[in-house]
Amino acid sequence: MTRAHPWMANSGEEGAADMLAALGLDGVETLFQQIPADHLTQRPFDLPPQLASEAALSRHLDDVLSKNATTRDNLCFLGTGAWPHYVPSICDEVANRYEWQTSVFGSPTSDHGRNQAWFEFCSQIGALVGCEFVGLPVYSWGCATGHAVRMASRLTGRRKVLVPAVMDPERRMVLRTYCEPPEMPRSIEIVEVKVGADGCLDRDDLAAKMGEDVAALYVETPTYHGVIEPDPGALCRIATDAGAEAIVGVDPLSLGVLEAPGRYGATIVTGPTQPLGVHMYAGGGVGGFIASADDERYAREYNTLNISIAETVKEGEFGFGLTLFHQSSYGMRDEGKDWTGNSTYLWALAAATYMSAMGPVGFAEIGRLIVARSRHAAEMLDTLPGCSVDLNRHCFKEFVLRFDAADVGEVNAGLRKRGIFGGKDITGEPGVDGPAMLLCVTEIHTEDDIARLADALKECLS
Amino acid sequence: MTAPISRRSTSRFEGYHAPRWAEPVVHELSKAGRRGLVFDCPKTEPNLPEMARRQTAPDLPEMTEHDALRHYLHLSQMCLGMMGVSLFGTCTMKYNPRIGERASLEHLAHLHPLQHPDTLQGLLEVYAIFSDMLCELSGMDQFVFQAGGGADAAYTHACVTREWLKARGELGQRDQIVTTIQTHPCSPATANAAGFEVITLSLEEGGYPSLDQLKSVLGPRTAALMVNNPDDMGIYNPDIKEWVRLVHEAGGLCFYDHANFNGVMTRLRARELGFDACMFMLHKTFGAPKGGGGPAVGAYGCSEELKPFLPGPLVVRDGDRFRLEDGEQSLGRVREFMGNAPQVLKAYAWARGMGAEGLREAADLSVLANNYMDKRLGEVRGVSRSNPDVDVPRMEMTRHSFEQVTADTGCTVVDISMRMTDYGIDALWLSHEPWLVAEPFTPEAGELWSKEDIDYWIDVLAAVVDEAYESPETVKSAPHKAPIHQLKGDALEDPARWATTWAAYLRKHGAPVSDRERDQETPFPIGGQSA
Repeated sequence: MTRAHPWMANSGEEGAADMLAALGLDGVETLFQQIPADHLTQRPFDLPPQLASEAALSRHLDDVLSKNATTRDNLCFLGTGAWPHYVPSICDEVANRYEWQTSVFGSPTSDHGRNQAWFEFCSQIGALVGCEFVGLPVYSWGCATGHAVRMASRLTGRRKVLVPAVMDPERRMVLRTYCEPPEMPRSIEIVEVKVGADGCLDRDDLAAKMGEDVAALYVETPTYHGVIEPDPGALCRIATDAGAEAIVGVDPLSLGVLEAPGRYGATIVTGPTQPLGVHMYAGGGVGGFIASADDERYAREYNTLNISIAETVKEGEFGFGLTLFHQSSYGMRDEGKDWTGNSTYLWALAAATYMSAMGPVGFAEIGRLIVARSRHAAEMLDTLPGCSVDLNRHCFKEFVLRFDAADVGEVNAGLRKRGIFGGKDITGEPGVDGPAMLLCVTEIHTEDDIARLADALKECLS
Repeated sequence: MTAPISRRSTSRFEGYHAPRWAEPVVHELSKAGRRGLVFDCPKTEPNLPEMARRQTAPDLPEMTEHDALRHYLHLSQMCLGMMGVSLFGTCTMKYNPRIGERASLEHLAHLHPLQHPDTLQGLLEVYAIFSDMLCELSGMDQFVFQAGGGADAAYTHACVTREWLKARGELGQRDQIVTTIQTHPCSPATANAAGFEVITLSLEEGGYPSLDQLKSVLGPRTAALMVNNPDDMGIYNPDIKEWVRLVHEAGGLCFYDHANFNGVMTRLRARELGFDACMFMLHKTFGAPKGGGGPAVGAYGCSEELKPFLPGPLVVRDGDRFRLEDGEQSLGRVREFMGNAPQVLKAYAWARGMGAEGLREAADLSVLANNYMDKRLGEVRGVSRSNPDVDVPRMEMTRHSFEQVTADTGCTVVDISMRMTDYGIDALWLSHEPWLVAEPFTPEAGELWSKEDIDYWIDVLAAVVDEAYESPETVKSAPHKAPIHQLKGDALEDPARWATTWAAYLRKHGAPVSDRERDQETPFPIGGQSA
């Protein structure tokens, strides 16, 4: 006797009887007659036993996953690409709504609510970065940057991008993939611009490498090492003066205190969405945005889905519909702009909620707090024997802690024993002299947490 | 409004009307000075370089926490989707068990991807076991979950192909990827974005390209074949093993887009057909939610030969421990980190809840339900089926056409789809571009929906077709019970009028009446001294 499965309405002994009867069949096998016999597998499927009972399944998941150690039970100072920020409870509430979590894609009328929320995500990102055209989000910041660089290449007809020599290796690897190997005819060459001892882009080296064969400069502020570029507008001008695009990557949480890139001359802006009300989820919370001026030349190069406000047939009523859909891969297959597909749209809803609740003052407040807390941590750690922080750098959220001699892997192992996930080991990476770790301090870290880190580090180093 | 359904159906959706909150754009809910989230004030003020400081406040709404929550809950309620009946073809609408959601929040929300692997043993175990399960289902040797969707997995394949060719010294020489017009657009699009030239085969008698057509394009420039099977018309290409053999003979790789896995699940294995790689969409076939467009996962699996080229980091088993490894020949990354872990967990939970016997039953039910739909839809006035000469039972979905209805009544498939939403049925999936069938629609019943739901769906469709013949204006002016009326589409493609942000809208159309008082140029009080 087969029991009906809770996730399949027509399952079980009698579940399918009506449909079989309507087709005049006594079994389903004949319905599979298109598959040639020699395509059918002969080997049975050896899978773990079925756990149809939710109670049993839940227990199994708890048993397996409790082997993790979380940032709830440990202090986490890891950042770089995924950051420990506070996720307001309303963001989880909104993102977890069954209504839009489970569905796929309706019409502008049947899915009006989600379309509006998408538009509001784009509107609020636009307000933060100072851009009036924003696409729906892509997979990640690295992917957003990859698409932006390819967009710049199409806009300029050039195939070279200048990037900082010091860049998050994870994002850099994604960009490398997007730029294609040199053997490919449309490959985009990645050229590194020196980063000075102050952690900022070397302007002379940038000017020397900039030229009429350059499609874009890609620069981040804050940088991978957390350094705030003192005059990002000047960097953008060097690019745009040469006819190249100025792509700026930003942490949106910094934009309550740092200037909107669209206001100082960035022509394309990218950044991560995870800081805006999405948990880290072991990296599963990442997403990225692409924004620019609302200039038709740019708009027509977006690979993203894009949503526009529009009037309905009823006077005074508004709705939201896809714009520029035809240029996507859905519209033009291999002739479309890169590709689009499932992305991270659910997180856009959490981010829209987050930005609405934050408001302009919330962003200013969190920006100030993050700068202050990370500065406090930097100053405190700089006093420890055996390590130092360059306090001349203006940092946001992340900073480099250098060690005189220690093995960072061992230091982190010691910290783990004390319930602390230390910073990312960046020893040996470009722009790093000697052993070092990249620490991340946000609004979730209290002064007590920072003192605990300092004490634990002191023990590990002694 | 008449209720044409009542004479044939006793559905619970009779009398349906969508929630309508007439919700303003969030910026219009703003009142200066209100706060939704506040943070501790630091003891010291930030010291920021003058040229980097924000000069003007971002134009974001100012509202309370309650107002923000209520606004977005109102919006969530104005989404039909799975709250009604959605048989959105090619997307395999399934139940997304909520246990996965709870487990993700409880166990994964607070993990950092760069934590030491010793602290991620539970997650890595799920990755390893689930990879093993997908290998068992496909015959492949390793799965990775980095790709953020099905298209990203297709892209992964194009990138794996580049590395494989490079290792053989053939990158640059083998520069063509072959696909078919009925393969999802993501295959040709990602092949192109990875730098390959795309060759698209056209359909012939039987509903698929002939072997001769395939042979005519294969040669020393062939890098790979990227193809789905069955296709979205429910037609299975019986020559697929020979296709794979021919592509291998020409020196290329074969990638199986398993988007339509539901119908063949537990009946065949991609590797046994000869494919070198395949992808499963965890947000479709494996019960993870779609989120209205992600986060999703295109699980990419491949043979031992291609494993060295996979994007890192790979989960490696060491006895009963797990570690992460980046191979020397790895393509690097298609996306940061290890993929959408919550979706992997939800899919794993789904697959464990189903077991091998559940997967078999799901495949049986989805193909049965589709054939039941075919039979009933065949009896609806003016509805026809793609490839009418192919009279064998279709797989888990079928492409149909309203061509005759449109010719007779002027009501298009879009009109009919919009009218169906008045009965709680979300928009139909029509067809990918280009439309090979006029006025197409493609339902896919899957294994979730009850026979009553399926019958209701068909009853509504039949009633709306009747209505198209009797009062076409009612159909053309639909929806009548949605949160809003039909969009005027012309502005969407007009650069002078489109607006993807509120700021662009205000600039192009002038500010609507609003009680907001915000001087956009008021200097922004960041506080603290500059440096």
